This record gives sequence, C-alpha cells and structure tokens, in this order.
Amino acid sequence: MEKHHINALKEIVGEENVLTSVEDLYCYSYDATPGHAHMPDAVVSPANTAETSKILKLANENHIPVYTRGSGTNLSAGCVPTKGGIVLLMTRLNKILEVDLENLVAVAEPGVIVADLNKEIASLGLIYPPDPGTVATATLGGTVAENAGGLRGLKYGVSKHYVMGLEVVLANGDIMNTGGKNVKDVSGYDMTKLFTGSEGTLCVITKIISKLVPAPEAKKAMMAIFKDLDNAGKAVSAIIAAKIIPATLEIMDNATIRTVEDYAKVGLPLDAEAVLLIEVDGNPIVVEKEAEKVMEALKANHADLVQIAKDDAERDKLWAARRAALPALAKLRPTTYVEDATVPRNKVPDFLREVSSIAKRHNVTIGTFGHAGDGNMHPTIVCDIRIPEEMERVYQAMDEMFKAAIALGGTLSGEHGIGLGKLPWMEQQHGLVTMNAMRSIKRALDPNLILNPGKLVGEC
Amino acid sequence: MTEKITAKDINEQDKALLSDLQDALANCMKCGNCMEVCPVYKEVGKEAAVARGKLSLMEGVLKGSIPLSAAFDAAMSKCVSCKACTAKCPCGVPADELILRGRQAAVKARGLHPIKKKVFALLKNRHLFDFSLRMAGIFGPLSFKKIPGKMAALARFPMPGMDYKRVTAPFASTPLRSQYPEVIKVDRPTMRVGFFTGCTINYIYTDVGQSVINVLKENNIEVTMPSMQHCCGTPVYMSGDVDSAKILAKHNIETFDSYNFDYIVSACGSCTEAFRIEFPHLFHDDPKMSAMTEKLAKKTYEISEFLIDIVKIDKTKLGPVNATVTMHDPCHMARGIKVTKQPREVLKSIPGLHFVEMKAPDRCCGSGGSFSLGNYELSRKINDKKIADIASTNADTVVTSCGTCRMHLTDGLFQNNMNQDALHVIQLLDRSYKAGHQK
Repeated sequence: MEKHHINALKEIVGEENVLTSVEDLYCYSYDATPGHAHMPDAVVSPANTAETSKILKLANENHIPVYTRGSGTNLSAGCVPTKGGIVLLMTRLNKILEVDLENLVAVAEPGVIVADLNKEIASLGLIYPPDPGTVATATLGGTVAENAGGLRGLKYGVSKHYVMGLEVVLANGDIMNTGGKNVKDVSGYDMTKLFTGSEGTLCVITKIISKLVPAPEAKKAMMAIFKDLDNAGKAVSAIIAAKIIPATLEIMDNATIRTVEDYAKVGLPLDAEAVLLIEVDGNPIVVEKEAEKVMEALKANHADLVQIAKDDAERDKLWAARRAALPALAKLRPTTYVEDATVPRNKVPDFLREVSSIAKRHNVTIGTFGHAGDGNMHPTIVCDIRIPEEMERVYQAMDEMFKAAIALGGTLSGEHGIGLGKLPWMEQQHGLVTMNAMRSIKRALDPNLILNPGKLVGEC
Repeated sequence: MTEKITAKDINEQDKALLSDLQDALANCMKCGNCMEVCPVYKEVGKEAAVARGKLSLMEGVLKGSIPLSAAFDAAMSKCVSCKACTAKCPCGVPADELILRGRQAAVKARGLHPIKKKVFALLKNRHLFDFSLRMAGIFGPLSFKKIPGKMAALARFPMPGMDYKRVTAPFASTPLRSQYPEVIKVDRPTMRVGFFTGCTINYIYTDVGQSVINVLKENNIEVTMPSMQHCCGTPVYMSGDVDSAKILAKHNIETFDSYNFDYIVSACGSCTEAFRIEFPHLFHDDPKMSAMTEKLAKKTYEISEFLIDIVKIDKTKLGPVNATVTMHDPCHMARGIKVTKQPREVLKSIPGLHFVEMKAPDRCCGSGGSFSLGNYELSRKINDKKIADIASTNADTVVTSCGTCRMHLTDGLFQNNMNQDALHVIQLLDRSYKAGHQK
C-alpha cells in the first residue's frame, strides 16, 4: 500500500481511525489461531455502511486485500491478514438498531457483542441462541460470517438458522440488502444463507436482521459417567430415540476427564471413558418429564453413575467439569489448537476412538470434548509451537484426524470455519466439482480477489 | 521522531530483562477472553489496549519484530493493573504482572513518564516527601478550593500533571501520624497492632485513619503507627521502577519488623497487598530479607478482614447508622488480596444500614493508582460507568477500601453532579460505635 492510499483512507474515516504504527499493526497480525500471523499495512475502523463502502471501493480499484475483523477470536486464522493490506475493524458499528417484539426480530450492527445482544433482550424474555465459547467477546458480525454454533446447537441450531436478512457491502463498494423480516421468503437465491458463513470472502456484513426466540422457562441438568464409551454412545442415541431433543448434550473423553480431574478436582473417576452432560429446557412440566426419560435412557444404557441437579447450585456443579475442559487442557502446554471436526451423531464413539489412537500413534496430547448431540467434536491438541519436531507430529495427527472425520461421513468444521486452518483438506471433503463451483461464486462476487484472499476456497 | 531502541540494545543492557518471560508469554493462547473484562479496552477499543495485545507486543519486542519504542511504552502504561484479565484468563497467564515487566523494560530503556518521574523522585526521599506533603497541607488552601461538606477540593489554578477540572482531596493540615503519639495506649490491651497508614491516609484521608484508630481502640487494641514508616512502594512498582520499589519495601520491612507486633493492619487494599504479596515477591531470591518479609506477610491484614476474621467484633456494641450504602471493591482488594466478603459483613453488622449491591462492584473505577495521573480522560471514562452503576442503586453513600478509589469516585460523583458521599467502610463502622455509646 502506498502513502496516498493511507491518506485516502484517513479522508474516509478520519485520522484517528486509521492505525499504521508498527506497534498497532503488530496487534492485528493474529487472531486466536496458533501459528498464523502477518502484518497488515493499515487497520481501518469505519463508523457506518457508507464509510465501509468507500473503503471497499478504494481497495477494489487499487487491488488492496481487505481482511474484515470483529473481536479477532477466530479459530481458523480467518482474520489473519496473510497478504498485508487492510484490516477492516468493524467494532465501531456496535449499535442494536431495533428489537421488534411483534416479529421477534432484532436488527443490529456487526460490532455488537453477542452477549450484549442477549443482555439487552433478556428482560423481554427473549434469547438469541447461538452461543459459541467466545460469546462474551465475539461480535455478532464475526459469528454470522463464521456461521458460529455453540452448546445449544442440537435443539436451537446455529447462526444460519437465525439470520433472516443482511445488509452487506460487496467488494466493489456496492451496498446490497438480502432477506428481511419475512418468516417465509423464497424470492430469489438465498443470498442471506450464502453470506452467512462466507468468512469475509464474499462481502462485508454491515447490518444483521436476526430471529429471536422465547427464553426457556425452566432448565434441568444431568450428568452421567460411563466406564464404557460405547454405552455413552448408545445412551446418546437412546435419548434422541426417546424423541427428546436436549438443549445441551455434551461429551468428554478419557483424556479430557483426566485433565479436568487433575485441574479442578470435581470428583470424576479417572478410568471413566466418557462423561455426558445433558440439559433439557422449556416448559417446566415438560422439562420434568423429559428429564425423567433422559435418566431412564442413561440407566438403561449402563451409566455407571448418574446425577441430576435439584437447584441452580447443583446445576453449576454439574457444569463445572464441562466448563473446566478447555482451561484445563490449555494449561497443560503453551499452544492450544481447538479443532471442531464433526461427524454424524451415531459416529461419535468411533471418532473419539480414532482420535485417541491417532494421539497415541503420534505421541501427541489430544483431549476431546464437544457436542455429542450434534456430533460436533472439539479435539483439542496441546503442544508447544516452538518445538519443530513436536509440531511435525502434531500436523500428522491433525491430518489423520481430519481424514478420519471425512471417512466417517463427517465434515472438517462444525462451527469454527475453514479459513486457512482447514483449507488443505477442503478438496478431500468436497471434491473438485464443488470446489470449482465455490470458487466461481467467489470470482463472480469478488473479481479482483480482495476479500480475505486465499482463505476458505484457497487461491482462485 | 523519537529515538528507537531495539531489543538488541536492551538485551545488551540487561539480558534478563524480558527474556525470562518467553515461556510465560507463550502460554497466552490469544483467545481474547481478556477483552470481556478489560476496562481500558472497553473504552479504547483497540487491541494494543487489552492484555492479549500487550503480551503480543512484548513477544514482538523479544523476537526483534518491533522496537522498544515510545508507542510500546504508551501501550504498557495504558493498564489500570486491575488484574481482571488475569482472573479471567483460561490459561492462567498472569497478564498484569507481565505488563509490569513490560513497563520495567520500558523504564530501563526510556525512563519514566515525566510527571511520574518528578513525583517518584520525591517519594524516594522520606524527609523531603514528608516535608512537601506537610507543606501541601499548610499551603494547600491557597492552591485548592475546598468543596463544602466533602473531603474534596478543586484546583484554583492549573497544576503540573493535574487536569484543571479534576477534583482531588485536600492535603491534611496536620498529617495523621502527627495528630497522635506513636503508641496509642488502651487499658489492658488484648493485642498490639502496627498500623501501616499508607500515604493517602497519612497525608490526605486522615479521617479514615482516625476511624481505624477509634475502632481498634473500641476493641481494646493498642495501636502503634511507627514514625519511620514510608510509602509502600506500590505506585513506583506499578510504574515499572523496581529498584525504587525495593528501597521503599526494605525500609518498611525493617521498620515494622523491629516492633514485633502481633499484627500489622492497613486500611488500603494496595498497601496490604504490598506487605502480603509484593514484598515477598520482590525479595524471593534474597534469603536474608525473605524470611523477615514472609513473617510480616503472614501477620498483615486489611482492616475489615482483621476485624471480622481475627478480632471477631462484638456486634451488640454497634448503634444505628441510617444510610443506604453501596460498595465498590477496589481491584487490589477483589483480585489482589481477595477480600470482598469481610467489608460487606462489617456493613451488614451495622443496625439501620441498608446495603444495596451495585452492578459489577469489583469492576475497576478507573483510578488505577497513579494511572489516572497520566491518563485522566481515559480514567474518567472508565469511572463514568462506575458512577452510573452507583446512581442506579439509589444509595446515598458509596464506600470502598482504598484511598485512590475514594478520591476517583469523589471526582466522578462531582463531575456527574451527584451528591453521594464516598467513604471508607471503616468510617461507617466508627459512626456505628459512636451511635452505640449514645444508646
């Protein structure tokens, strides 16, 4: 980028909203993904859609790469400015514009923190369900662009199930509106769904129209400990077969159980092969009935210990183990890769076994926990990125892990996105025809390849 | 352009300065959870303001990717040391301590902020410091205008290093330790405690010191205020000037050790933290000092903690104080020495007192000790949120356990045209004892 480009950007957003010092640029060279960092040439924070449009027009005309960023909590290197250029920081667009109680819809700018949206609507008895682990820091724009999920995915779905419409700026600076407040809408291609999860490669999101749902009146949490992984898998299937869709159905494998117990001393037996955490929510009467059925399913499938929370304090206790999973693993070693390979629900035990055998084979520490109900696993690899020999083994384990997920009919990413992190396996999952179709879409909407270039679909 | 000093130059000067931090820095997994709780990031909105950014900058310096520049220095100084990031971190990275190390590197390379430099140079010389602050008390009214009914004053004319509009507290015309004999005797004392007054209580908030003494006397405790005590060193330590901090710490440790008290009591979270955590940390590799320091650390208590956990005050002696009170937990109380229950128990023991919890009582008030000297506008913005939380409780009094928090809250209340009193917890207990005598 040249000096006159920087000056032009300053003209658009004001001097104080363009960062160019080496110290500031260094702070935007990374996101939450280990091993990827690159300096941008400028960090630009627009105040509104009009400024965003002007920035993109300038970038497009001058072929300057643009990397859209919210809070930078991405786990697939989606925010890393790998080719320099502009980091487009959207956090100043942080207003909740409307909460429409008649249509149960919120209209918000992309820089709103997801938890802040939920705080705002809590008093109205509503929730916006997608709740990724970073819900207290991640922006709505970032979670929509990544199609983020969370703990409640099984019952409530993920971001794409809530985004009803968008205002976006295209690569050339054109402003485009998709969808709206209509529950039913089949008018034209579903551009809203296309842009949701497009990881900043097709457009810059400047406004989000999202569906809200009534908050559940009651919740009931249960925990079951299994000495045999297969029994845990069967219990998950039995719960679903009993026609119960829990809000949360989490699993932790033996490696995670050992680590959590060592760190938090919550009383988990070290020889347990799996722990399930289940939470049902909704109408209080229904919740009681469902909880009973869940307990039956757990016992029928030989859970070695079952617990049900009688009150909030007990609920917190049951959740403590699951909450400790990531911190406990992350504290083992300096570098933490939280992956999100996902398999069909009934393949979860197979996948967990695969992962632990891969870990043994390559002498790598992997703890797997995740959302058993929707098959979305978080094999968490802890290592030290400063030791090349170890990283060699880590990459091999990762390679086998992703291939195993694909072989089980799974997918590379359930909720973190592809970015750069999972790009090498994209063609294996999708095949060349699909990859070419995706690249054609990319080239059609971003002919100069300025938007998050090289990510998601790779080089085009 | 300021002269840039590279990591290479620094490493030549002091190889151990940052390099031993490499492992600690590598433990940051850059998840960014610190963004949720950092009061500075909430206002500034830029990555260099939050722990993740600051630790990355330190890594950058160590790698030689970025210089130990003025901008690095500025980034490190924009931290209120509230420890919220450290408490939040899933990887257990002690970010607040690492940022201090970053400041130390900056201080070695570039020197202190000019305002702090002047203040701290004064601080190191006990006699000159004492003299200057006494003079401030005597001549203070010439330069500060007192706000009626409050322990607060406005500058009459611009002062170096001070924002013109800022409300501070007036310097006492007679410092606390000059108002009393060194040993305050009681009949048949149950124990002997040394009162570490700290600077704000000795020179400014003497009302808090008086209350501490009154309350301890009520409990038949002999109070000694060692005349040779001096600033605990926290302000210089927090600014990265470790050498000066060690001089002050050593002086206080030796002074208090010579009295052989049963307990040491302070009415300030930061001063207590200094005795309990910072001093042992400063001398951990000095066997001679270390034993003495550990011994003192074990018998040092913050006043509310002391009254509830050790003295176990007799609540039947308390009389009514009719006030609606909310409480702000100073960072060094909440996340430093982790004392939040005891001050509440003190308040809830007082008959007639209606306690209302504010939202996020342990969120930083923006003072950050001497942070507000160099970053007044920013510290005001952080404080405005706290003031709004106080307002929403409808309390008529806000209490805290730290002099600089009290000063910053008083300023915030004034700037927002609010009339609440900002006091120390112990002052309400003192009133309650007095009301008890009138029963």
